[in-house]
Amino acid sequence: MTGLKSLPEEDWFAPGHTACPGCGAAMVVRLAMKVLGPRTVVYLPASCLLIFSDMFPSNAFRVPTLQVLFENSAVCAAGVKRALKRLGKDDVQVVAFAGDGGTADIGLQALSGAAERNEDILYICYDNEAYMNTGVQRSGTTPFGAWTTTTPGGKDEWKKDVARILMAHDVPYVATASPGFPLDLLRKLEKAKGKRGFRYLHLLAPCRVGWRAESDSAVDLARLAVETGLFTLMECEDGVFRISKQPRFLPVRDYLSLQGRFKHLTDENVTAIESWIRGKWERDRALERATALTHAPV
Amino acid sequence: MVTGDYAAAWGARLARPEVIAAYPITPQTLIIEHLAEFIESGELDAEMMRVESEHSALSAVIAAQATGVRTYTATSSQGLALMHEPLFIPAPLHLPIVMSVVNRTVGAPLGIWVEHNDTMPQRDTGWMQVYVEDAQEALDMVLQGYRLTEDPEIELPLMICMDAFLVSHTFESVDLPGPDAADRFLLPYRPAHAFLDPDRPMAINPAAPPEYIQEVRWETDARMRRALEAVERVDVEFREGFGRSYGGLFEGYRLEDAEVALITLGTVTSTAREAVDRLRKSGERVGLVKLRFFRPFPAEALARALAHVRAVGVFDRSVSYGSGGPTFIETRNALYESTTPVLGFLGGLGGRDVTVDDLILMARTTLRAADDPGQSGRVHWIGTRGVVVP
Repeated sequence: MTGLKSLPEEDWFAPGHTACPGCGAAMVVRLAMKVLGPRTVVYLPASCLLIFSDMFPSNAFRVPTLQVLFENSAVCAAGVKRALKRLGKDDVQVVAFAGDGGTADIGLQALSGAAERNEDILYICYDNEAYMNTGVQRSGTTPFGAWTTTTPGGKDEWKKDVARILMAHDVPYVATASPGFPLDLLRKLEKAKGKRGFRYLHLLAPCRVGWRAESDSAVDLARLAVETGLFTLMECEDGVFRISKQPRFLPVRDYLSLQGRFKHLTDENVTAIESWIRGKWERDRALERATALTHAPV
Repeated sequence: MVTGDYAAAWGARLARPEVIAAYPITPQTLIIEHLAEFIESGELDAEMMRVESEHSALSAVIAAQATGVRTYTATSSQGLALMHEPLFIPAPLHLPIVMSVVNRTVGAPLGIWVEHNDTMPQRDTGWMQVYVEDAQEALDMVLQGYRLTEDPEIELPLMICMDAFLVSHTFESVDLPGPDAADRFLLPYRPAHAFLDPDRPMAINPAAPPEYIQEVRWETDARMRRALEAVERVDVEFREGFGRSYGGLFEGYRLEDAEVALITLGTVTSTAREAVDRLRKSGERVGLVKLRFFRPFPAEALARALAHVRAVGVFDRSVSYGSGGPTFIETRNALYESTTPVLGFLGGLGGRDVTVDDLILMARTTLRAADDPGQSGRVHWIGTRGVVVP
């Protein structure tokens, strides 16, 4: 099991990329590459990550990378994997790193298709909760109430739960993780790396630019998102759903108040978010009990 | 006796692609059904990805080809339209993908019969395009296609365009070559430049600033121009191996002593030959060009081949609204330096039958234009209710 102390010194996502200071996405990609290592091929769609890591003549990855388009990450990763298999290189991990827009919105069809076919790839969504690369437009995973440039009065809808959509495909592994809880994140990366078939990781990736927060706040925000109950750490392994971390249910205002994107929220808005959190946890705890029963040893 | 779809699938089978990805659409479906059967029976050893859309089908083969293996896919009509975005990817990246496209109407209105308005709008995506006339040619061009696209000087993708039902579903007598002849003609694919391998890391298709992209466009254009020669060479090499050839970029029929020439693409060429023969019997000296490659467009060779004719009539099964058919537009451009009148004819749209009489009408309209240069540039709709050809 990889812990922080046993992580390799070597980086396969190298320094010198051009991400903003305090970028959550760069943080989780670097950690992920430390676990995945050199026998990896990376697929990148159009995204912040592509622009800050793969702009000719520079490239921050020390493994092969491919970019084709925006909405086809899952099927491109699958195409690479099928070809590697034919070339006798089935040991090579193929990982797609896509943003939330490229995953939850425009990329959902290819993602669902690859999951349904149980393609042997690891798909990692780094969720910074909006189209940050194009200048903070709302996406399906933007949370309720958040200001974006296309929701100047705050988003009216709730965050799309992509992990639950993937669970409906009965794939071998689905998990969420946060850089606020790096040991949990590393454990899930290890687990995903060790499995075959379709694996999905949904990683919270705070974006200080789009979230209107301080540049040293990414880890704090990633931690508070979990501890307030807003972002659930879970995994679903071969049909068994487990909550990875019981939050302390800190006041949600502790999280919202650190971010300019929520500064316009009314008391009623905050009450609605608190109610949404309660409902989500009731549902997820019930699901945990149910899958524990259905998968109990006979 | 097999269908054109079977013939195309047989050609793909002989080419031994490592990865096939496809999504079903009428009338391409038989191609991927046959390939699935070949794989199921063990006659073809390949990864087959039954993907959830044509966008994903082409994306999958692009990614597999970039990894370093030979790939194949097939589509039609709306499917090709959905592929429009990934169509731009392979040419600049030197990915020699071969795809059979069954030419079918693109809605609206929805129709499943032949039209060329699916492939023609894709002419600027960097793919070579060849239009075939029958099932044998649909098969042979798959083999020729890989040899052509994998030429290190070319490395452009190719779409093999075959008319819906008239080729795809018509049973014809077809020579199905065996694997030995195919293997002699087509060596295993070895990527010349880029491939994805952790032992030799490289970044394929990074984003690029203006300092670099224009040279990529120039280099892609240069390869398309070089392909003119390669098309002719591969056709000759194919004849040496299989005893058949197709004339390369285009094929003339009774052109040598022709006073005027018609130009056709695809299955209507067979009908046009019959029309030419009948007109010749009545002393009307009409010749025919079966245009095979639309990209690269053989402008100079076509101008040379038509230097002696007094007028040219171009038939298109696709319309660029307000301008005429794409082949007409290209031909007129090719003949710009000459004074030869060029006429456009539009017909056979939505799968409407094009008859010998239709082609005789086009030929005679072209003959009249030979003595009346004022007719040059006119576009006539053929076989259209309520529209009279003057």
